[in-house]
Parts: sequence; structure tokens; C-alpha cells
Amino acid sequence: MSDLSVAAEELPPVAPALTVSSTDVAVEMVDVNKWYGEFHVLRDINLKVMRGERIVICGPSGSGKSTLIRCVNRLEEHQKGQIVVDGKELTNDLRKIDEVRREVGMVFQHFNLFPHLTILENCTLAPINVRKMPKREAEDIAMHYLNRVKIPEQANKYPGQLSGGQQQRVAIARSLCMNPRVMLFDEPTSALDPEMIKEVLDVMVGLALEGMTMICVTHEMGFARQVANRVIFMDGGQIIEQNDPVSFFTNPQHERTKLFLSQILH
Amino acid sequence: MNKPGSAFVRDSLLPARAPPPNSVGIVGWMRQNLFSTPLNSVMTVVILVFIVWAVTPFFRFTLVNAVWTGEDRQACATATGACWAYVKAYLPQFIYGRYPIGERWRVDVVFWTLVVGLIPMLIPRAPYKRLNALFLLTVFPVIAYILLTGGHHQFSGRWIPNSWMSPSPLRFAVEYALVSAAVFGVSTLFSWMSGRPITGSWRTLGFILGAFAIVLALVSLDFGLVPVETANWGGLLVTLVVAITGMVASLPLGILLALGRRSNMPVVKLASTIFIEVWRGVPLITVLFMASVMLPLFLPDGVTFDKLLRALIGVALFNAAYMAETIRGGLQAIPRGQYEGAQALGLGYWQMMRMIVLPQSLRISVPGIVGSFISLFKDTTLVIIIGLYDFLGQIQASANDAKWASPVTGLTGYIFAAMVFWAFCFSMSRYAAYTERRLDRGRR
Repeated sequence: MSDLSVAAEELPPVAPALTVSSTDVAVEMVDVNKWYGEFHVLRDINLKVMRGERIVICGPSGSGKSTLIRCVNRLEEHQKGQIVVDGKELTNDLRKIDEVRREVGMVFQHFNLFPHLTILENCTLAPINVRKMPKREAEDIAMHYLNRVKIPEQANKYPGQLSGGQQQRVAIARSLCMNPRVMLFDEPTSALDPEMIKEVLDVMVGLALEGMTMICVTHEMGFARQVANRVIFMDGGQIIEQNDPVSFFTNPQHERTKLFLSQILH
Repeated sequence: MNKPGSAFVRDSLLPARAPPPNSVGIVGWMRQNLFSTPLNSVMTVVILVFIVWAVTPFFRFTLVNAVWTGEDRQACATATGACWAYVKAYLPQFIYGRYPIGERWRVDVVFWTLVVGLIPMLIPRAPYKRLNALFLLTVFPVIAYILLTGGHHQFSGRWIPNSWMSPSPLRFAVEYALVSAAVFGVSTLFSWMSGRPITGSWRTLGFILGAFAIVLALVSLDFGLVPVETANWGGLLVTLVVAITGMVASLPLGILLALGRRSNMPVVKLASTIFIEVWRGVPLITVLFMASVMLPLFLPDGVTFDKLLRALIGVALFNAAYMAETIRGGLQAIPRGQYEGAQALGLGYWQMMRMIVLPQSLRISVPGIVGSFISLFKDTTLVIIIGLYDFLGQIQASANDAKWASPVTGLTGYIFAAMVFWAFCFSMSRYAAYTERRLDRGRR
């Protein structure tokens, strides 16, 4: 962890403010509250993500950061407040939910590839069945993205034959095949062996450089320094502090943030 | 070599040598598996003695002392072995029951059509699986129905009074059209209320209703076949009709019930649970008895159901409940991440189930599903309780025939029944084991 953050300090931040739109809102959360039974997991969350913005959310486990981004594509249902994604508000309307999910890609901690389908089939499934794309075109697109994550030669293998890092890169390619407007990353490197983390982070950095709107829950502070426009620190279901990465890491304001940073950055 | 700690370099490589003679081959295998310890050696000997003691008389009865030829009971009256002559004489009845002799070619045609359709279906490499399945599930049942019953089914309208329209088939057609229109209306209303696009469901509905109309029309056509009432069916024919219909109907129904029981919608969940628990809580004999004796009492006058049809429905629903629980077990083994992965890509519920969840869970359920199929196959013998003569029933009935009555006739019949049932069930079990291995390979 500390090695990575040192390495990232040497790199210039790649967050030229120009790529971030100042008017076009990608995701907006207004006073979002969520309970698991009696337990209040998200409390008065207000968050506005502009198009092209890269947000990193960090915080101790159980702070609600995963729940927060899972609300963005309605894998979790919020009970109060408003979530608008790409101009569509998430309510109980199933059609709206499907529309939002089509435009929002998600990468999971445990990859969630489909083990009974080949890598190529994993990538073409949604474009063919959700976007109604012809099979040939979907395969071309899938191969394009598999090239980009540098594993085109694995296209006809099954997920179980790939390493963790390769599987996660496939998962990213699978999401990109739907040409999403927003990408969500839920601890994408937490289940990986240390030597595989970099290959996944490299793909994510590349994506950021192209101006993808990204919301990442991650503990990779090097990545946060390098690509994030904004770092959000959560604890107890609330946003404790948010700032640009330089200020966030060098000059944290809240006591809780200072404690957290001192524990993970040594 | 002698100096402690000195380096060692091999100057000549060792050739591979043969293993000790008593560790490989038959001797090695026996040492390892049969005589590895004194206790195991004793057990091996005891069990061998038992097998010889038990199996020898069986072979003596069925093969050595058996009577193979003969015209009537004289041949077997004093026999101490199986009376295979009797089985030979009755074989057509065991297969066709009381199906008219001149019409039995129809049963043969149906049987061989099924075999020809099924074999490429069971060979994984054979092409055109989709077309083949379509044939087996749509064309074949219609052909089988027409050939076996004779077709020329007379439909007559039920609600429109006679004075309005006189030919009853026309009345039926009009009623069918009216019902179809009503179905369209209701579905449109539902689509409109749930805010889903209407055109897609319209096309599907129109397709289903249209296909059903064609089937009804075909079934009512006169092909010049002599009608054969199901009361005259019997033997293996009835066994296979009940078993195959039961299997084909219970699998999709079971899948729907399993999904229903795991649904988030309380009404669907409750209805599925009640259905499953009610059918699982009742013995099959009771179900068949209810279908045969009680149901006609509840139906209005003039409404009659074929007895075989009632048994078919009973068996199918009964097994659907068991199938649902087997499939639910497989569904529970699929991790939440698979659902979330599918949802995050924007797949709808049915797409997610069809393409992601069911292919994985059915694979897990294969042993359970085949187990259900095998017990279903054996349970078909229970239809004798409502007076249908299946394979076993036919054998039982023939054993009392004075022409062949002898001390060994009944026993021979039962042994023959056991062998046939075993052959069917064992091949199902072996095919399932093969399928499991094959599917496992893709998974790795």
C-alpha cells in the first residue's frame, strides 16, 4: 500500500480539470437515506458527480461506501431521498431501473463473471440481449475491449481458467462493451493477490485518462492521488470529508479522517 | 561420496525399472482393494460366498431350468424355472395392451418416430438441436396424439346456444376466437397498467393462440383412422405415455414453481408454496384416486374427462411439485454475485434467469432431476389403482389367464417386469452420469 502511494506521488496527477463538465451532471444524490431493517446505513448523503469526474470513496469497513455506490444502479434500494442517474430518477419503476443499469457499468470485488460462459460470451451477452446488437458486431466490440485490457488471447477460455487479475480485467471489459456513461468500481482490487493489483489499476488509470466518469470504492490511495478529482471519506454512513486529492492527503481536516489516513498510509 | 558434506554428481542416469509384480495388474488391484487387511480379506471371502449363494439360484431359475418354448400351460406345468414361453406368447399384449391388433402399426410408428427424434437429441455432437427439440415438443406430440387416438376429435361449443349457430365445430371456432380476443384484451389491460410495451407480448400471445388453433384444427381433422379409446390402451404403451408426458410437463412446471417460490412477489410466492406443499403432502395413489373417482363428482353433468388424461394431469402436477423442490435446491446454490452481475448489465428478470441462473443451477440439479424422473417412471405402475393397465398391470392380469396358469407363471412375469423397468431406469441413470461428466468439463 505504502509503496504504491509513494510511486503515485512521483507521477503527476492526471486530472486536468478541463475534461470535467461543469454543467452536465452524471449522478446526483439528494438527502439519500437507507436502512437495513433498523440499522441506518446511509445518512443524508448529498453527492453530485459531474460528467467526466473521477470520484474515489474511501473509509473503514462498514462505513456504507459499498452500499452507496450500489444504490447508484439500484442493486440496493434507498428509502428516502432522490437519486438521479443520467437524468433518470431511480424509483420503483422497473423500466427506469433497467434503463439506468444499461448506462451504468459496474465492476465487483469478486468479479461476478459467468462461469458457464466463455470470456467472449461474457462480454457479448449483454450487448446482444440488452442492446439487441448483431452477434458479429458485439464480438468485434468485445475483442476491441479485450485487446484494451490486454487479454484478447483468452477470449475462448472460461473464467475459471484465468487468474484473478485477468478475471477482473475481463469484468471491466464486459462492462465497457455496453458503452456505459458511468462506471462504478466496488473495491475492484481487494480480492486480488498483490502482484495482480497493478494490472487492474493500470486499466482503470487508462480509463480515467479517456475521461470516463468513474466512482470508485477503493483502498488504493496511490490510485486516488493519481486520477481522482475528488476523494470522499465516509464513516458511519455519512460523508465526513471530501476534497481534491492533494488537499485530502496532505491536509485532512476532520479528526476521523486523520486517524484513518494515519492507519492506512503508515 | 564418503566425505561428509561433499558434492555429488550423478555420472550415469538411472533407467526406469518395472514395479514389483504384486503391486500392479490384477494381483496388485486385488491386494489393494480386496485383501489389504486381514479384516478386509475375511469380508471379501464372506461376501463372495454370499453372492454365489444368492445369485446361483437366480440364474438356475431364469436360465438353466427355464422353459423357452411351448404353446400353453402344459409346457410350464411342471417347470422349476422361468416360463419364458409365456412371456413370448404375451409380449404383444405387454406392449400394446388391448390396442386393436390391426391398428398396432400406429403405436409402432409413434414409438419409432420418438426414437428417431430422441437419439440425435441425446448425442451432444449431433447438429440442429434447436430444430430437433422443436420437433419433439411440438410436432411429435400432435402426431402421437392423432395416431394413437385416431384424431378426428369432435369439438363442440359449450356456451353459444344451439339455435344461434347450428354446426357445433363452427360454434367451437367462434368460441375459441372470442376467448382469444378476451385474452388479448386482458393482457393489453395488464401491459397498460404495468407500463410495459404492448407490442412484444401481443406478438407472443398471437403466436401461441394461433399455434394452438392450428393444433386444434389438426386434431379435429379426419385422417380416416379408426378411433381407439384410451380404455383399450395398455402395457408398455401406457407406461411410456404416462412417464414421458409426466417428465415433459413436470420439468417446465417445476422450474416455474421453483422460481415462483423464490420470487419477491408475495402473492406468487405464496401461491407457489401452497401448490408445492399441497401436492407433496398427498400420496400419488390419493391423487390418482381423486382424479379418477372424485373429480367426476365435482364436474357439471355432461362434462367428461378421459380417464387416462386425468391420470396424466395428476401425475404431471404431482411430479411438478417434487421437481420444483429439486430445482429450488439448485437455485439456492447460485451465489448472489451472479444475480448482481446480470442485473448490473441491465438484463431483465427472465433474461437473467434464462441465460445466467438456470443454466448453472440446472447443471447442479441434474442428479436430483434424474432421480425424480426415475421415481416417476416407477410410479406409473400406480395407475393400476384407477383401472388403467400399464406394463406391470398387464403382466399381472395375464398371469391369471387359465391358458398359461402354472406355479411359475406369476414369478416369471414379475421377473420380466423387473428386468424391463431396471433397463429403462438404469439407462436413464447412466445417461445422466454421462451428462454430468460432460457438463463438468465445460466448468473446470
